[in-house]
Amino acid sequence: MAIWCRVSSRTIANANHMRKFINPASGLSPALNRGRPLFSDGNRRHLDSLPRNRATRVWFQRFKSTLAEKQQDSFLSSDSDEDLQSLQFPGGKVSYTSEMNFISESSETRVPCYRVLDDDGELIPDSHFQQVSEEVAVKMYSKMVSLQIMDTIFYEAQRQGRISFYLTSAGEEAINIASAAALSEQDIILPQYREPGVLLWRGFTLQEFADQCFGNKADYGKGRQMPIHYGSKKHNFFTISSPIATQLPQAAGIAYSLKMDNKKACVVSYIGDGGTSEGDFHAGLNFAAVMEAPVIFFCRNNGWAISTNVSEQFRSDGIVVKGRAYGIRSIRVDGNDALAVYTAVSAAREMAVNEHRPILIEALTYRVGHHSTSDDSTKYRKLDEIVYWKNARNPVNRFRNWVQSNGWWSEQQETQLRNSVRKQLLEAIQVAEKAEKPPLSEMFRDVYDYPPSNLEEQEKHLRETISRHPSDYPSDIPV
Amino acid sequence: MALRNIIGKRIGNGIGLVGRRSLSTSTSDVENRNAKSMNLYSAINQALHLALETDPRAFVFGEDVSFGGVFRCTTGLADRFGKARVFNTPLCEQGIVGFGIGLAAMGNRAIAEIQFADYIYPAFDQIVNEAAKFRYRSGNQFNCGGLTIRAPYGAVGHGGHYHSQSPEAFFCHVPGIKVVIPRSPRQAKGLLLSCIRDPNPVVFFEPKWLYRLAVEEVPEHDYMLPLSKAEVIRQGSDITLVGWGAQLSIMEQACIEAEKDGISCELIDLKTLIPWDKETVEASVRKTGRVLISHEAPVTGGFGAEISASIVERCFLRLEAPVARVCGLDTPFPLVFEPFYMPSKNKVLDAIKATVNY
Repeated sequence: MAIWCRVSSRTIANANHMRKFINPASGLSPALNRGRPLFSDGNRRHLDSLPRNRATRVWFQRFKSTLAEKQQDSFLSSDSDEDLQSLQFPGGKVSYTSEMNFISESSETRVPCYRVLDDDGELIPDSHFQQVSEEVAVKMYSKMVSLQIMDTIFYEAQRQGRISFYLTSAGEEAINIASAAALSEQDIILPQYREPGVLLWRGFTLQEFADQCFGNKADYGKGRQMPIHYGSKKHNFFTISSPIATQLPQAAGIAYSLKMDNKKACVVSYIGDGGTSEGDFHAGLNFAAVMEAPVIFFCRNNGWAISTNVSEQFRSDGIVVKGRAYGIRSIRVDGNDALAVYTAVSAAREMAVNEHRPILIEALTYRVGHHSTSDDSTKYRKLDEIVYWKNARNPVNRFRNWVQSNGWWSEQQETQLRNSVRKQLLEAIQVAEKAEKPPLSEMFRDVYDYPPSNLEEQEKHLRETISRHPSDYPSDIPV
Repeated sequence: MALRNIIGKRIGNGIGLVGRRSLSTSTSDVENRNAKSMNLYSAINQALHLALETDPRAFVFGEDVSFGGVFRCTTGLADRFGKARVFNTPLCEQGIVGFGIGLAAMGNRAIAEIQFADYIYPAFDQIVNEAAKFRYRSGNQFNCGGLTIRAPYGAVGHGGHYHSQSPEAFFCHVPGIKVVIPRSPRQAKGLLLSCIRDPNPVVFFEPKWLYRLAVEEVPEHDYMLPLSKAEVIRQGSDITLVGWGAQLSIMEQACIEAEKDGISCELIDLKTLIPWDKETVEASVRKTGRVLISHEAPVTGGFGAEISASIVERCFLRLEAPVARVCGLDTPFPLVFEPFYMPSKNKVLDAIKATVNY
């Protein structure tokens, strides 16, 4: 729970009296209430240091319930200070004040970012995190490496003209893998498009990735969409669509269904920093909050929406502060810290599933790669910025250091893994490239559950055209 | 008997009587047992009750549906089926449809209400880019076929720009969804149940003008009317008229008057606009050699254009006259000028005569 504290000049004399009601630890769920409170004593000192003649506002909340009918804490109305009498309005009781104060557009300090590993992958002393076993840690690390290699090789394949399009998750390997690792297989994923690592974690094979990118007969999507638009029912990973943020209100509906079916599962929906500007972000979060739907909204704030920097995307303190606007519990986490991401998602999942509430996670990170193969990001950002994040802030190296320091990984395993994944990928690409494309009939199926008469007519007509002009058509599509 | 007998007095138009005659051809679709006289919103309400009764995974949601809805279509549902299944949503059409897609994707029947068709546009992205392509893009791994979006549409006498629109043409251009429009209470109940149970996302436009004023004998049992099947509701030999929704009653009046001048009109209710029943319309045009299409929506780019082009392609040599369209004008739907804007009975009648005398 976040506490906003600004103190009015009138009540600063009562600061001590007020302070007993400002307890960062209260209202936190057990999952978060371990270790240090979110706001250190530094804030309390900040309270005392405010000049007394400055008119600022007292505003604190005890986060008790999502229901609008619940009253504000009774201590507000029982306080003798005339500023704290209360009024009843639709939506509940609210205290009033005769001092006019605007809530500041921003906090004095930004919401801090939860991290557990330092930049070198050393555990920060006294940090609170969820321990992972050797098996899980090694799997996480291996998948992060696999994602890196997969991205490199598929990107190259596009450059060579073998696939039409690709986009990488470079720099976001910890987000991809660690968030997936913290979930159960029954949790339903609604991706944006930069989360193939979630599929990788769940067991989607390199061949399956390659098949979709090549749009061949084995592609579950039957060659209908551009590369990277993966979808896998058996992995509870809904098919990617290009429009941004459309998945967010859908996530609320899916989560509501899980709740109605009493499933011990949640939905995790991913979005980038740019996507939070879409109307569907507002729609999705608001619906999830009102419907009390168990969905984790995971925002990958990687600083860039194609060429648009976050400074041109919003004027708020990132995305984490928006959660409160919807009555949604939120956290900001270091997206390049696999352990922190893992811990935050685990905690979020528990709250979502057990308390039937949405959670917002903002993971700060950096998009090391270009937006896609259709982009050259050196056109709008400095090369040294990219290189800095690629090397000094690399999430894979950071996690590797931690895994190695536990004695769970070696240089030899590293070499073995990289060679093995690389080899598998090159083979998968070869197989995918040679494989047959889906037959022409697949163009007409699945528009509806059964093809209506107009589509039957059009298929018939098209086949006649093809027989008259076969050279107009690609020869690798079986007619 | 005449459609006009089931339609009450229309504000500003002074047409017809409140009557209780049922449509002649509809008796062949549905058994008439235990039929009760009711209006359009009651018929829709019955359909929704049945939908929720027969499928525990059916949900009804939208703005203000809990207390019964601004047109009373959802009366009694929340009390009977509970707040978890019948609930108000925040005021956000893109959220309503997006949420509905999610519900439907999990195998539920998601019956979403958009308060007025005029407000459906924020949901257009979710409908076109998501719902319509959900099955196709996933290679049939996923689908949102359980989604039905209901919205009141059409002129109401005083609705102006934003309570009178007929936006069906926008949706008819989207492969992957169905668009269905009922003409009367009895049709509405059967068609809505079919839409709800159809395994494809459907947009169901309800002629709001008919909510209270159309009264008909509606069987109380659970029945469904087929989608993508047009119905000849009046037999004739000189000219084929094609329409849907509230406009059919206007067209029928024109047909009755044309008969006095010796013109025999065949009137077809399209019912489903996509995928539409070309065969029935074509068969009729082959018989009559003339066709007239009428809709409230503006003429340019309206769905009448699609019907016209298809009929000309298929029946060119049979046609005795150009395809006629009697439609709304190419203006935003006006308030005081509504009587001038609308494709009235006399406009239709003039066009019938002009076509026959071509």
